[in-house]
Amino acid sequence: MKTKNFVSLAVCFLTIALSILPITVVSAQKPTPSDNEVNAIARQLFCPICQNTPLDVCPTQACADWRELIRQMLAEGKTPNEIKHYFVDHYGARVLSEPPQTGLNWLVYVVPPVAFIFGALLLFQTFRAWKRLPKEPASGETGGPAPAKKDEYVSRLEEELRKRN
Amino acid sequence: MLAQFGFGILVVTFLLALFSASAAISGYFLKSDRWVESSRRALQLIFLLISLSTLTLIYLLATGHFEVEYVFSVSSRDMPLYLKITALWGGQAGSLILWSWLMSAFATAVTLRKWERDHEFLPWVVAVTAVTLAFFLSLSIFFENPFARLWQTISGEVAPFMFAPAGSTLYIPSDGQGLNELLRNPGMIFHPPMLYLGFVGFVIPYAFAIAALVTGRTDDRWIRITRRWTLVAWLFLSIGLVLGMHWAYDVLGWGGYWSWDPVEIAALMPWLAGTPFLHSVIIQEKRGMLKKWNMLLIILTYSLVIFGTFLTRSGVLSSVHAFAESALGPMFFIFIGLTFVISVALLIYRWNDLRAEGEMKSLLSREALFLINNLLFFGILIVCFWGVVFPLISQVVTGQQLTVGPPFYEQATGPLWAALLALMGIAPLSAWGYSTLKTIGRAAWKPAIPTLLVPVTLFVLDVHNWIALLGFTLLAWVIFITLYEFWRGARARQKTQGENFYMALSRLIARNRRRYGGYIIHISMVVMAIGILGIGIYQTQTQQTLAVGQEIRISGYTLRYDSLAQFPYIDGRQVTRAVLSVFKNGKRLGELHPRYDLYPDGQPVTIPGIRSTLADDLYVVLVNWENVTVEQTPFKVYHNPLINWLWIGSVIFVLGYLVAAWPDKEEMGSEKEEVRNERGEGRRVL
Repeated sequence: MKTKNFVSLAVCFLTIALSILPITVVSAQKPTPSDNEVNAIARQLFCPICQNTPLDVCPTQACADWRELIRQMLAEGKTPNEIKHYFVDHYGARVLSEPPQTGLNWLVYVVPPVAFIFGALLLFQTFRAWKRLPKEPASGETGGPAPAKKDEYVSRLEEELRKRN
Repeated sequence: MLAQFGFGILVVTFLLALFSASAAISGYFLKSDRWVESSRRALQLIFLLISLSTLTLIYLLATGHFEVEYVFSVSSRDMPLYLKITALWGGQAGSLILWSWLMSAFATAVTLRKWERDHEFLPWVVAVTAVTLAFFLSLSIFFENPFARLWQTISGEVAPFMFAPAGSTLYIPSDGQGLNELLRNPGMIFHPPMLYLGFVGFVIPYAFAIAALVTGRTDDRWIRITRRWTLVAWLFLSIGLVLGMHWAYDVLGWGGYWSWDPVEIAALMPWLAGTPFLHSVIIQEKRGMLKKWNMLLIILTYSLVIFGTFLTRSGVLSSVHAFAESALGPMFFIFIGLTFVISVALLIYRWNDLRAEGEMKSLLSREALFLINNLLFFGILIVCFWGVVFPLISQVVTGQQLTVGPPFYEQATGPLWAALLALMGIAPLSAWGYSTLKTIGRAAWKPAIPTLLVPVTLFVLDVHNWIALLGFTLLAWVIFITLYEFWRGARARQKTQGENFYMALSRLIARNRRRYGGYIIHISMVVMAIGILGIGIYQTQTQQTLAVGQEIRISGYTLRYDSLAQFPYIDGRQVTRAVLSVFKNGKRLGELHPRYDLYPDGQPVTIPGIRSTLADDLYVVLVNWENVTVEQTPFKVYHNPLINWLWIGSVIFVLGYLVAAWPDKEEMGSEKEEVRNERGEGRRVL
């Protein structure tokens, strides 16, 4: 009896669970993604046909259609990354706001810091070369290294105002 | 007839530019003042002739000579007269003419200066400006002729030619296509001429630099002569950039002012080279150092001016193939390459003559800090240059089209801009020649106290974003340090001269306009940065489709959609205009009227509804113009905090510039005195 009761309870529970499941699945798909949700992804993509125009603000009909496609994919439960991959697969890497970090594209990320470090080293070398020169202060420019008197600023200011040309 | 007249003058002008350059160079080598004088007068005549040619084109535009292809493509009967005139720079061919015209105006102005003390520079200044002019005129004559007319062949085909092809008849359209609607805006009317004035202005210091290299007169004379020319170029370039930002904000309808588009970066790059040049020439004047670097910077600025024009005019940005197909692109490429190689070769030739006279004694001296400023600008320039060029390289090498967009530039340049700000807050405290942490620290503690209150106050006011805290603290630091410098200087004068504070302050500024004008420009940069940080960190946006009566809430504001009207306007465009009421805390603040204008040619223009205050902007855009009904109207709303400070800063910038560049009686007096001295008429004072 007990077993029968348990089975019928289980069947009842299962029936309820199964009847709820489609509803929850449907309800997960049902609410149409909002414009804000669509734009959050569209903002990270660039129009595949215009020049340097983010997809969320591009006024062309093609971009409006692509935004609808994003909405549809979001409704289907696709993640932002899956959507971005879809666009890259169909329209190429130009839809991304930055080049993917592969192959030759590494250069775009490597060259500026390397050039900057090179410039900084060059500057440092120049400083060192200059510092090796004799260390007497510039005559009349500052009044000597770090004098503590308050008048030093006044005299330097006067000096500079006089010498500015 | 007028078209042939305009074109004929252009051809004569081009030949005259070639003559002027040749006569100047011959005059230099033959040591013939007559040839040099002839080249100078030729350059002045060029200005008159280009003016005549430009006025001819303006007349054709104003009177609707639509048989001229350029007039047909950028103007129409219904356009008001001022737009017909500004259509001169509404298209490629006209822009190039404007470039040449402004260039010749600068060149002529420079030939009118007194040359007694610098006579050896004259032939090379004339030669460099005349060669640059000849290059741009050749583009107008051979590739982008604004006077070409439309001809109909026997087969019925209509095409532009300067002279009638055999068997064809002149084709006169009844109306033109009109100016691109996006360009019918005050921002866009003034933005290109300002930018071009900035571009061509930098040709003058470059010409003097080349003259100094060729003649071997490599002291700082060329820098002193071009100081004001450089400042003028920098002013126009800066105003041009800000006007472009304002135009983008007002017209493009995406809620921002700067999108790191390659065209924007093309205009920014000469500024990124010109600004450190403005700073480092001061080191050469004060300490006799950085002579090679200054030469390199001005060569770079000139090359970037031509490169920027090349990027925007050759079509290379849309496709490297378009560039290869058009003859304009390769011509630019060759010119940039040639001028750069020749300039650098000259610099190498004079390398040993450009030895530093002064010595760097301290890593915290003002000259050392100026050098770090140069490095930081150089870093930003590299990021910008590489970001624009890399997609072109990629397209050529791998065939892959790429976008280098805002995230790249913002992440790469953000720390460099912040470091520049920090430097702006240290450099004024350091002295020429020698400074230590102790001397700077002694001067810095007073401004440091109010500065430290800023992050604390912001934190208490719920600002917890670390970039905002760091950014606003840095901005406060620069402001307090700069104001402290004014106060310290005025107090010092008060003590030594016995003047009252305001008198002391005004005399202090008057005695060193460049320094204190420069400090006002620093303050203007900080004020602009307030706007940039505000919108950059705190911009919020939302897009919602409303029915009349419904509301949108954003950042404490409520916008109620009141009504929608669609009506044709007198010039044929179809206007869709919404009315929204703005509320805050239940109080009605006013109305916004976002619009969508659809022109007869199918060009849509979004006109945002903007409510501006010092605290923020509410910026509303009608997203679509099709299928819009009162039940379903899509709006995009941006809340842009502090953006107005960007525009306020630009006004302060101009004020600072005026202080820095205003002609100085004493300075002019000393120039005259120097001339007299050299003639043996007086006592040398410097």
